[in-house]
Amino acid sequence: MIDVLYFAWVRERIGLPRERIDTTASTVAALVAELAAREERYALAFADLASLRVALDQELASFDAPLAGVREVAFFPPMTGG
Amino acid sequence: MRVSVQSAPFDLGAETAGFAASSAGAGAVVTFTGLVRGDGGLAAMEIEHYPGMTEKAISAMVDQAAGRWSLLDALVIHRFGRLAVGEAIMMVATAAPHRAEAFAAADFLMDYLKSRAPFWKKEIGPDGAEWVAAKDSDEAALSRW
Repeated sequence: MIDVLYFAWVRERIGLPRERIDTTASTVAALVAELAAREERYALAFADLASLRVALDQELASFDAPLAGVREVAFFPPMTGG
Repeated sequence: MRVSVQSAPFDLGAETAGFAASSAGAGAVVTFTGLVRGDGGLAAMEIEHYPGMTEKAISAMVDQAAGRWSLLDALVIHRFGRLAVGEAIMMVATAAPHRAEAFAAADFLMDYLKSRAPFWKKEIGPDGAEWVAAKDSDEAALSRW
């Protein structure tokens, strides 16, 4: 089981701030493919990976990063702090 | 070094005075404050963040700055939630023996806060709400460091 978190417009498009997912995906990209295949709202949220960022256990990561041992995955748009 | 991610407003004067007073040995204190700009009839700003990651990411930036410049102290306060036009969103303060290092460290922290701290701004205007898009120039600014 893995906790998947969504922020900003990703959260709005999917309609959830977080969920627990039972997955065998070995990389972030595989998890994205699995989620995008679920429902239209997920497909829309993940339509353009260039406009998304991912964090694994609260550290920025890339979409080809492995998921082994990861407890928390977060998807969000590029950050706009400051 | 102090990092505070909070919804409550902060007192810029009191924070700055307190920071300067506690930075023993400093010859320079630099502060930067970001405000909600009232562009295009903007009514308010809503700021979302990633609790847990936000604090970790900012602390890592502060550690990096401290390793690069001879910083005696640093303070980062960043708010989240709904903020009205004119309200302070965040502040950075740096203390160093001399001004060049205090300025450089504050500039570095601002560049990193813009694009590496997990905050997302949404503008609430007369025609509804819209997420603020990240600027390419903010991402490019990181290559300066």
